[in-house]
Amino acid sequence: MSQSSQTIVSISDLSKTYANGYQALKHVSLDIQRGEILALLGPNGAGKTTLISIICGIVNASSGTVTVGGHDIVSAYRITRGMIGLVPQELTLGAFDTVWNTLSFSRGLFGKKPNPAYIEALLKDLSLWDKKNSVLMALSGGMKRRVLIGKALSHEPTVLFLDEPTAGVDVELRKDMWALVRRLRESGVTIILTTHYIEEAEAIADRVGVINHGELLLVDDKLALMHKLGKRQMIIELETPLSAVPAELVAWGLELSEDGKELVYTYDPHKSNTGVNGLLQVINTAGLPVKDLRTTQTSLEEIFVSLVNKRS
Amino acid sequence: MNTYAIRVIYKQEMMRAWETLLQSFASPVLSTSLYFVVFGSAIGSRIQHVEGVSYGSFIVPGLMMLALLTQSIANASFGIFFPKFTGAIYEVMSAPISFLEIILGYVGAAATKSFIIGLIILITASFFVPLHIAHPVWMVAFLVLTCISFSLFGFIIGLWADDFEKLQLIPLLVITPLVFLGGSFYSVSMLPPAWQTVTLFNPVVYLISGFRWSFFEVSDVSVAVSLSVVLVFLAACLLTVWWMFKTGYRLRQ
Repeated sequence: MSQSSQTIVSISDLSKTYANGYQALKHVSLDIQRGEILALLGPNGAGKTTLISIICGIVNASSGTVTVGGHDIVSAYRITRGMIGLVPQELTLGAFDTVWNTLSFSRGLFGKKPNPAYIEALLKDLSLWDKKNSVLMALSGGMKRRVLIGKALSHEPTVLFLDEPTAGVDVELRKDMWALVRRLRESGVTIILTTHYIEEAEAIADRVGVINHGELLLVDDKLALMHKLGKRQMIIELETPLSAVPAELVAWGLELSEDGKELVYTYDPHKSNTGVNGLLQVINTAGLPVKDLRTTQTSLEEIFVSLVNKRS
Repeated sequence: MNTYAIRVIYKQEMMRAWETLLQSFASPVLSTSLYFVVFGSAIGSRIQHVEGVSYGSFIVPGLMMLALLTQSIANASFGIFFPKFTGAIYEVMSAPISFLEIILGYVGAAATKSFIIGLIILITASFFVPLHIAHPVWMVAFLVLTCISFSLFGFIIGLWADDFEKLQLIPLLVITPLVFLGGSFYSVSMLPPAWQTVTLFNPVVYLISGFRWSFFEVSDVSVAVSLSVVLVFLAACLLTVWWMFKTGYRLRQ
């Protein structure tokens, strides 16, 4: 992959084999563009967290290189780590610190001089201002998650890694987080998130990468991916149930639902001739009484499952 | 240098000590006071002078070393082990901070706590026995060097340990016996010749001997040798920590 001036993170031929022999990453190459939201999808153990951990400096790579803002993460680690914020998957917080102190600690750790006004604005933005003097162990899971985001943003990073940020949080908080991620992107922060939730990637990502068994299977624009791999289905609801697909409709590859009340036609919506017109004419000619018609688009989740299953 | 990082780590570790004041400071002072009562006053009053020093006074440097070594190791090992245990260490590992800056923060705080404990014990001892410090500068030098080197050693244990049992293993099974057998309560010259030779393989003997010399100008081995052993130990600990961070041993693997 060529590295353009818009590339903020460049990963080249990255591999990681742990001491126990487990190969978590296999020759991963990826360019992440400045200001985008990239969602990395993959099942448990796919290598998502290992990839993030290497970029952030938590785990050593076995081979390959990573640059952030054009700087190597090993030789120029002070520059690259200063640019990165990380929200880990687990709720890894001390127990006895207050919210204010833990954010101030994080800011100092990343070499930034104290800025109470910024920390105050950040806490207000995360709806944590009224909890600023609360000890961490007294907070709910959702609040702890927001504190972790606050810690990651405390040193004003330009690249933010969110490792499964909405795992185990309720729907309302998840939507709040999505709104926060969008606001951060608008402020110029590049965001890389890993998630199990396809709807999360579908809702907020610009590009989607699919990773499984340590291999990056694909990276593409979310809409282009759905365009390329997405199929549409037309569901024809019948007045009277059928026991089998009528002979004159067999050529269309229709599927009959178990109760015999629906015929399902799968087609590529991007083809010039989708076959929908022809099918409706044949149904009309055959005299099949149609009760209703509807279409559905293949979700990112179905694309993801199909990709992972295919490669497995 | 990332001075802000050093400051926040140091401040956080010191705050932990203040928040647990009884455990951090009162507990070692109380246990050492008990030693003075039992060995210094009760038993010590029936023991003749050792090398021209009253027994109660003679054991002060040894008791200070006993507290310093155990507290330095406990403070530093727990300081780094606890964030490892909770997972919060990810933040330190991902921060733009060198191994030296991490050491200055964590080990600096642990050594400071031990130094304060050492001074408190010294003041406490002065209430039980007459004390005269012949070489105060050297006393402080030995105190500082011991606090730093054993805090570094504790830091290594904290990095190495992956459970609470391992965290306690070396302090309990290695350090405590070495201190007790290192001349805390006696002069090495009081042992039979064969045991005197064996004792010289115990590095703590050199520490206590040098420290005791700074008080009473009596020592089991020469002061130069004592100082050299402390400095070699300090260098070895520094090299080990450097290697652990360079290779990512138990940290980035």
